[in-house]
Amino acid sequence: MSAAKRSKYLTVFAVLAVFTVVEVAVAFTAIAKSTQVVLLVALALIKASLVALYYMHLRSEGPVLKVIATFPLLLVIVLLLLPVFDLALAQ
Amino acid sequence: MEHAVERRSGPLAGVSTTKFAMWLFLASEAMFFAGLIAAYLVLRLAGSQWPVVADVLNVPLVAGNTFILIVSSVTMVLAFASIESGDQRRLRQYLIATAVLGSVFLSIQAVEWRELLAEGTTVSTSLFGSTFFTLTGFHGLHVLGGVLFMLYVVARAYQGRYTKEEHGGVELMGLYWHFVDVVWIFLFTIVYLV
Repeated sequence: MSAAKRSKYLTVFAVLAVFTVVEVAVAFTAIAKSTQVVLLVALALIKASLVALYYMHLRSEGPVLKVIATFPLLLVIVLLLLPVFDLALAQ
Repeated sequence: MEHAVERRSGPLAGVSTTKFAMWLFLASEAMFFAGLIAAYLVLRLAGSQWPVVADVLNVPLVAGNTFILIVSSVTMVLAFASIESGDQRRLRQYLIATAVLGSVFLSIQAVEWRELLAEGTTVSTSLFGSTFFTLTGFHGLHVLGGVLFMLYVVARAYQGRYTKEEHGGVELMGLYWHFVDVVWIFLFTIVYLV
């Protein structure tokens, strides 16, 4: 395999590893719960995107596979937001 | 698992039928886990009694396990890159490393479950127990399925079935394995850190 490819995959790995350490640090730091949740979700989204784009090679795929991969994400957002609004209204 | 690349034009040009099917399968799997996670959030946010997660769960142990799964994603992508350049020996080595790392992940999860069960947290003792074992259990089953799938791919690699030109089975294996990693990235955040 080419050195450039290997280097790219290992760089992504380094970012994933560092972000995992940061996640644990954020979880155990005494900050506002809402800030903590936003930071943790953002870190998870970045990590998942890196895996999908570089390890699953979505970055170099055509538009159809990109849509297939992204569409469930939109449905997931709806699925997760609806109960949150519902709970907020109920309280 | 032959990888029939059909001569198509348009947006699906160069995409094999099996790869297209795998992405559709993964999209349906994403919705499956989304349903479970949504149920978890509803029960947790609306539930009256929820333990302090760090008091109940062994977060450092699972953080280490998360690291192992990330390493396994690297070995998997290196296996794919190896066969892309025709290196069958490295393909086998990286595939075996990935299967071993997946097995280590499952073993550590088994240790975690044993600790929880010994402390009296089971699938039926509380909403926390029910949702925890359901989410991590279904993910663990997916890892187990991935390890078995990997052993099949390893066997075929030893038969010399994958070449620089024809290695669709390794690509499908990789897509599935990385998807399982992506699911864990979210589960680790939602179940252990938030």
